Amino acid sequence: MFGSLVSQLPIRLPSISYQAIGPELILFGAALVVLALSATVGRREHPQLYRGIGLFAAVAEGAWSANLLRLIDQHGPSLAIAGAISNDGFSAVVGIIVAAALVLTMLIGPGFVESVAGQGPEFVTLLLLSATGAIVMAQANDLIVVFLGLEILSIALYVMVGFRLRDGLSREAAFKYFILGGFSSAVFLYGVALVYGATGSTNLVKIAAFLSSHVLINNGVLLFGIALILVGFGFKVSAVPFHVWSPDVYQGAPTSVTGYMAAMAKIAAFAALLRVMMVAFHLQLEFWRPIVIALAVLSLVFGAVFALRQREIKRMLAYSSINHAGFILLGVLAATSGGVRDSLFYLGAYSVMVIGTFGLISLIQVDAGKVEGSLSLDDVRGLGRRRPAVAVLLAILILAQAGAPFTSGFIAKFSVITAVISVNEYWIAVVAMVTAAVAAAFYLRLVLALFSKDEAEVGVGDALYPVAVRGGSDQGLRLSTASLVPIWIGIWASVAITVFFGLFPTLLLDLVSRGKIFY
Amino acid sequence: MIATVISVPQLIVFIVSVVIIAIGGVGLLSARYPVHAALFLVMTLFGVAVLFIEEGAEFLAAVQVVVYAGAVVVLFLFVIMLLGVDREEITSFAGDTVRVALAGVGVALILAELFIVATGAWVTGAHAVAGKLSAGSNIGVLARSVFTTYLLPFELTAALLVIAVVGAVILSRRMSGVAQPRAHESREV
Repeated sequence: MFGSLVSQLPIRLPSISYQAIGPELILFGAALVVLALSATVGRREHPQLYRGIGLFAAVAEGAWSANLLRLIDQHGPSLAIAGAISNDGFSAVVGIIVAAALVLTMLIGPGFVESVAGQGPEFVTLLLLSATGAIVMAQANDLIVVFLGLEILSIALYVMVGFRLRDGLSREAAFKYFILGGFSSAVFLYGVALVYGATGSTNLVKIAAFLSSHVLINNGVLLFGIALILVGFGFKVSAVPFHVWSPDVYQGAPTSVTGYMAAMAKIAAFAALLRVMMVAFHLQLEFWRPIVIALAVLSLVFGAVFALRQREIKRMLAYSSINHAGFILLGVLAATSGGVRDSLFYLGAYSVMVIGTFGLISLIQVDAGKVEGSLSLDDVRGLGRRRPAVAVLLAILILAQAGAPFTSGFIAKFSVITAVISVNEYWIAVVAMVTAAVAAAFYLRLVLALFSKDEAEVGVGDALYPVAVRGGSDQGLRLSTASLVPIWIGIWASVAITVFFGLFPTLLLDLVSRGKIFY
Repeated sequence: MIATVISVPQLIVFIVSVVIIAIGGVGLLSARYPVHAALFLVMTLFGVAVLFIEEGAEFLAAVQVVVYAGAVVVLFLFVIMLLGVDREEITSFAGDTVRVALAGVGVALILAELFIVATGAWVTGAHAVAGKLSAGSNIGVLARSVFTTYLLPFELTAALLVIAVVGAVILSRRMSGVAQPRAHESREV
């Protein structure tokens, strides 16, 4: 046996481009550093140190991705590490968006999550590890790599959702997310296996090459595989009818985790979905476009209609995120380079505003003495008089989510609808605009509640003082002034980015239009 | 049709191992006691190992027996023993007619789909890459694949293991915190 081993040609390792996998190395390395430090200098003594390392790693990752984008513009895209990952403009731009989401979460999140997860390094470590998975998914040029990135991201998210295990709602959310997520991963893997059976490869470029040089007379296995892959991604982006987990999970998870999850899971899953569909199955467009149209239209309609019925703000935002997923799917179904650009724009704009929105909701919860739990519409009634700054900023972000002009949300919705019109699917554009109007109703209801005068739930004496000052609940979180500083920086940054790119959209459009998929 | 592809002894081995796998699978679902279910799982895994040998993948067969039938199921048994051996499984399907019927419909659908996929005409993709290895030893071919084409996925599993360990530690600390908050606090030095 040994003889047969040595008689063969020596194994030649593929050349490894450390430059291309730099973003992953930075984030994963930082996570390991945080873990090693927490084991040596103590878990609770230096929360600021861990957060600083995380923030530094996120910024460094963004800078590295920006530099990669510059190099790719000069020298052209390429495949790296035996074709397993694609070093192109698309992955670099997604890397920048991931960095933006990570920086905002590192600023806003830890101050709140400390109250439920302790001051240890857990939250920062899990953020860094999950972002590693997101970058892997964005770069992946192989279905196996997509799957591994998906699992790295998802397992980190399952644990973060379960931070409040003492709370029944959170426990239910974590288990529901874990079981349904595991199930959807299995479905995705089954799809990968069928595609491998039909094409003989898991590499996206090789699948595309096979499909362009062979005519499949009976392509049942391939189509079934594509359908199952779409189901797997549908679960991850919570598109209707695979959305049932998302309201419970959004409500049960710690609020900062909800914001991060809404942003990062969508960025990663849509990046991988766009690349898989555009590179591997572009010739099969006529088969998978109807499925994506169905997912998009159902998500748009059900997301908007069900959100109208919610009185719990986090559940309402969960349905609103389903509606947003429908909008991003419009860019996917266009399946043009313009559609990719518009989806990237939407992902970037949405992730910034959703993280800011949930950060503000965390602040309101702290005022109300609720630790990262649920928050009903009545709790925010009249907030405009008690906390004008919070109410105004939240109103701006909520209106941006609704697609109000002069915010990046408007340009995002406008551009994906143009992408659909450019492929002559007018009726979908009409549906999208109608649901945007329906969605505006529940966004406006929240804004009106913020500035309403009737204080049905709060007595006159109570209304004069912030709830936190009244005391009564000593379980409430007291945020020190020092920990409020990064939170406010993060929230202001989120609002500023949203408004800035609403006023000057061409800057962001220039960036995302450099995110071309290489194949 | 099948007889033209493989020889009669191989066919007999195949049929016997498939029967073993099927009995193990059905037994796993219908067993009332978790220990019995775990032992049925061992049976299924052994059957799959035999199929691997028939395909000429001896290394995978060994891994199947050592890792799955050995380590994983022993771990299952450990957990079952810790929770109590004699506890009847409350979520067993046995005796619940509606759920058994629903499961039957599901299984029938999957079998129908497998039949459609397996009966020739629908599979016209790439030539099957399964089957006996043409050249070289098992381990050699596996190493070649793991260290060339699938080098990055192979290394990424390291990240996956790290996140799994970190997650398990965090959740178990939280869980112990749920049971006894005071002890949790004092233990953290």
